[in-house]
Amino acid sequence: MTNSFLAFAYLLSSILFIFSIRGLASPETARRGNLLGMLGMAIAILATLFSPLVSEYVWVAGAILLGGILGTIPALKVKMTSLPQMVAAFNGLGGLSSVFIAIAEILAGSQTYLETSLGLLIGALAFSGSVIAFAKLQGLISARAMVFPLQQTLNLLLGLAVVGLCAWFVISGDRNIFYALAVLSILLGFLLILPIGGADMPVVISVLNSYSGLAAVGIGFSLNNVLLITVGSLVGASGAILSYIMTKAMNRSLANVMLGGFGAKTVAASNLAGEDKQAHAGSPADAAFIMENANKVIIVPGYGMAVAQAQHVLKEMADDLHNKFGVEVKYAVHPVAGRMPGHMNVLLAEANVPYEEVFELEDINREFATADVAYVIGANDVTNPMAKTNPDSPIYGMPILDVEKAKTVFFVKRSLATGYSGVENPLFYADNTIMLYGDAKKVTEEIVNVLENK
Amino acid sequence: MDFWMLMTVFVLAAFVGYFVVWGVTPALHSPLMSVSNAISGIVIVGALITAGVAETGGAKIWGLAAVVLAAINIFGGFAVSQRMLLMFKKKAVKEKK
Repeated sequence: MTNSFLAFAYLLSSILFIFSIRGLASPETARRGNLLGMLGMAIAILATLFSPLVSEYVWVAGAILLGGILGTIPALKVKMTSLPQMVAAFNGLGGLSSVFIAIAEILAGSQTYLETSLGLLIGALAFSGSVIAFAKLQGLISARAMVFPLQQTLNLLLGLAVVGLCAWFVISGDRNIFYALAVLSILLGFLLILPIGGADMPVVISVLNSYSGLAAVGIGFSLNNVLLITVGSLVGASGAILSYIMTKAMNRSLANVMLGGFGAKTVAASNLAGEDKQAHAGSPADAAFIMENANKVIIVPGYGMAVAQAQHVLKEMADDLHNKFGVEVKYAVHPVAGRMPGHMNVLLAEANVPYEEVFELEDINREFATADVAYVIGANDVTNPMAKTNPDSPIYGMPILDVEKAKTVFFVKRSLATGYSGVENPLFYADNTIMLYGDAKKVTEEIVNVLENK
Repeated sequence: MDFWMLMTVFVLAAFVGYFVVWGVTPALHSPLMSVSNAISGIVIVGALITAGVAETGGAKIWGLAAVVLAAINIFGGFAVSQRMLLMFKKKAVKEKK
């Protein structure tokens, strides 16, 4: 295969990847988009294999086959609640792959020191950062923000050391410096993600996703490979935009999230505590009665719903309300409702909720005023009106779902405890709020039982 | 290829990425992440080039390991995306309204 044919194949492959992401603009074209991505990848791999760049096939084919098996099995088995961990793991492996390529290049005598070190550095950060993100999401280590004295100073010094080693290697070309750079970058990745709390993981995963793309760009520069640069920058852009969307949904800056420490301690400052307010508790039967007589019910699912695995029974409740009592049911999803961007949409889709009934914050917020019931299940901070009214609150300015405008608000929760932000929710004590204490799944199941027996 | 040629490709591709990604519907942000997981497996091309040399040595071994990791990304990423996307269904059409 000639060089110009290879270049043509790479061009074709780049275009297919662009169309692949373009397909995700709508659920109707998304599956085709994914298939186009597979086609693009197949073309890229086959063209490379049959080009003069590759001259050995047995081991190479074995490696592809092995990786294919190791990747496909968990992908087919993973539970949708564990999706964020899996994406974190894949980000990490992609980063590690770039690290290995960089090492292989240096061993093979490559002279592109700067580009290779950048590929190595970003790949290493993506790898070790993802290991920590994975461990936190999987519950292997505490999801809480881990902070210790002088942490940021240490990270800064380590960062400077990494930059210094990078420069030293570029000037000297000494392989030992390169290995030291690899070790130090991996260490830095661990330390950077440790102080970030579990609920900030949507941002972290997005950033690491971006890194795994940028690492590919670095390797592309060192290998003079246009395909790696094009496709790596697509992934880099995707991760960067997702992290922007996520931080905006929390009204925080990327720096604020990445420096960590958020949610490490509960904020005591709350003027509610002093007031003698009472929350109204209700029973599932009350909830069933009010909802079956409603015209419009908006369900607000949060991560607590996913933890309780309540999405399927929630869908049953919505079906009963709609089919037996003619109630209009919609779902309102906050951008940070899950543990990764769009996570809640996938969880609802898995429970067979049609995607036309699921609405994003800006599309449904006005409708709460006309809703009879807001059924908040496993969500807290994203409904807290303090984000609008109290400038001292850590969540001030965060866009929230205006559930308090509905005639009746049900909160399915175990207790009146604060959410991740540590801020009390005054809505619990509002006159139109009824607390349904208990496990999200059990409470909803009881409501379904009452509805079905009518 | 000249460094500035590569830089031009990088910057222009980043612009394309910017506009295409903003077009993705928020409901599909999770599949976007897993698709881009799979796509970032494009480093397999670099891995194949380093692993595809005839002589066996350190470089080839690291390269082969990189091929395995990138292949995990590719196959796993596309497979989990397909699984997710198959779940996104339209409302079943009702006979009577």
